[in-house]
Amino acid sequence: MTVTEDYIDASGGDWDDVVEKAQGSSAERLVVNMGPQHPSTHGVLRLILTLDGETCTEARVGIGYLHTGIEKNLEYRTWTQGTTFVTRMDYLTPLFNETAYCLAVEKLLGITDRIPERASVIRVMLMELNRMASHFVAMATFGMELGATTIMTNGFREREMILDVFELITGLRMNHAFIRPGGVAQDLPPGAVGKVRELLKEMPERIKIMRKLLDENPLYLARTKDVAYLNLPGCMALGITGPLVRASGLAWDLRKSKPYCGYENYEFDVPVSDGGDVYARYRVRMAEMEESLKIVEQCLDKLEPGPVMIEDAKIGWPAKLALGPDGLGNSPDHIAHIMSGSMEALIHHFKLVTEGFRVPAGQAYVAVESAKGELGCHAVSDGGTRPYRVHFRDPSFTHLQAVAAMCEGGTVADVIAAVASIDPVMGGVDR
Amino acid sequence: MSNEYERDRDEAAENLPDQRGRERLAAPIKRTGMFGASTTGDTSGFGGLRVRGSAPVHSSRPFTDPDDPRTADFDRVADDLEAALNALERADEVERVEVAFGEITFHVRREGLLELARVLRDDPALRYELCTGVIGVHYPDQAGRELHAVYHFRSITHNSEIRVETTCPDADPHVPSIVSVYPTNDWHEREAWDFFGIVFDDHPSLTRIQMPDDWDGHPQRKDYPLGGVPVEYRGATVPPPDERRDYK
Repeated sequence: MTVTEDYIDASGGDWDDVVEKAQGSSAERLVVNMGPQHPSTHGVLRLILTLDGETCTEARVGIGYLHTGIEKNLEYRTWTQGTTFVTRMDYLTPLFNETAYCLAVEKLLGITDRIPERASVIRVMLMELNRMASHFVAMATFGMELGATTIMTNGFREREMILDVFELITGLRMNHAFIRPGGVAQDLPPGAVGKVRELLKEMPERIKIMRKLLDENPLYLARTKDVAYLNLPGCMALGITGPLVRASGLAWDLRKSKPYCGYENYEFDVPVSDGGDVYARYRVRMAEMEESLKIVEQCLDKLEPGPVMIEDAKIGWPAKLALGPDGLGNSPDHIAHIMSGSMEALIHHFKLVTEGFRVPAGQAYVAVESAKGELGCHAVSDGGTRPYRVHFRDPSFTHLQAVAAMCEGGTVADVIAAVASIDPVMGGVDR
Repeated sequence: MSNEYERDRDEAAENLPDQRGRERLAAPIKRTGMFGASTTGDTSGFGGLRVRGSAPVHSSRPFTDPDDPRTADFDRVADDLEAALNALERADEVERVEVAFGEITFHVRREGLLELARVLRDDPALRYELCTGVIGVHYPDQAGRELHAVYHFRSITHNSEIRVETTCPDADPHVPSIVSVYPTNDWHEREAWDFFGIVFDDHPSLTRIQMPDDWDGHPQRKDYPLGGVPVEYRGATVPPPDERRDYK
């Protein structure tokens, strides 16, 4: 018996040759390389599937096609510049990356309790908006991958509303670098609160439309019910957190169990389902969006005037931004202050911008509940002005390990649904 | 009560000035001179300055600081872990305990890591169901323990979080794999191998995960250069990031 004869390798070459070989041989297994460039693999994910007819008997995942060395790069920039890098990791949850990183730096600096209240409220508000945006993309791409483009266009349309708010507040739709060690880069611009209120008014209706389209849709149910089942022990063994573990029946949410940024002061529920399948994950995500809306509303009520950056001249980024004729830049008031008003302010500005601040030696691990699960940031300092090592424990990276458990034994069409329900973002997986 | 505790702590052997001084002088030299100048001569007159790495921190009991709510369960965890290891007659697995920044770190010998992981997961008093993976860190100037493997464990039952850290020398970069206890560590260990060259013994398939299979070297080690080319901007040349001036 020759082992090499009982499968056909379809990882490359001419498709006609593969078909011919498949027809001419007695081999029953087909190894297909899905991705790294495939419209339904969420970016550059590579799936190596062994198929026996329509059944997927083995599913292996290849990653690394989007590795950009962000963690290594961080070691050559100041602590503040780090936000600019981490925001690009999981590019659909930039504000979670920034918050996790900043909380870790703040923990090392020992200033966690001195972060201004207003900055924390803004952080929470942005994170919850980001959670909705991320879930909308999860729904949208999921629909597209199943061939339902209405879900895709609807999802991206609703997300655009949130991105408009981000653009108004941070200046950018993605890659904000808005949350900084010590607070946030600048205060909310005029009109931001009104814009968020507008969104709060409009969004419940939009979510309802999406639910109406999907909740009881027989086609959607057929593609998602009892598909890619993963039970709670499986989730625990594979280190799965976030909507996936909540869809398997465990109400585990770091916002409740290890509150950060003042989450203990907000009233919200943790949606749980015990379906353990793709549909349950969808329901959990939809319910989470509704909870996020509640939190955002409470944030607006909690917004009190005050500083948004720590009042410590040795740490707080000094520059204030203002909109000039050539775009956003240093405010003329601040320039006047440091150039002709205060020598100390000039020194602080110069030192912070060129060298950055020193962070006491040691290591800290901070985890936040990102839209996808436990997003951990492990920051190590050697006492210098640059990180010694920063590592992100990205939920997508951990969750992709579950592909084999979810897909093997199912049909090849369910592989698409399984991967989409994990909602991996390769920017976060590969970093 | 607290005075007594403070006196005990101050008089503990590792906290006596003489002992501390000797430890400090024995610590490896991290750098010499001031300002980290390496390309130009040091004209500051501080060329003889030697900055040593800090000696390892030994925290002593109690680990729980009544003023810091983050440390509330540290004494309980340490007691339970000690009891569980004593029952297995493996009490010497934990070399030292470090409490810093509201986090507790158990520094363990690598030989007993797998056994320790099993205890952490299965002991009813501990129940660390979730491991959030392993993180490699490279400390080239810690002779004999250059490579560190850092694990974070999370207990959902007790809502508790601990860190376990183990080391291995560059010359023998082996750490036992804990994939058999925490399957989630599969990819995390592959990542630590890929970027740091830590060999996780008994891992089911320790291959590179991010870098191409035929890549040379382990990119996140400190002796691996970042690389890059000088960039010209408005007539001036900006050197690549790893050659720019470094403030130490």
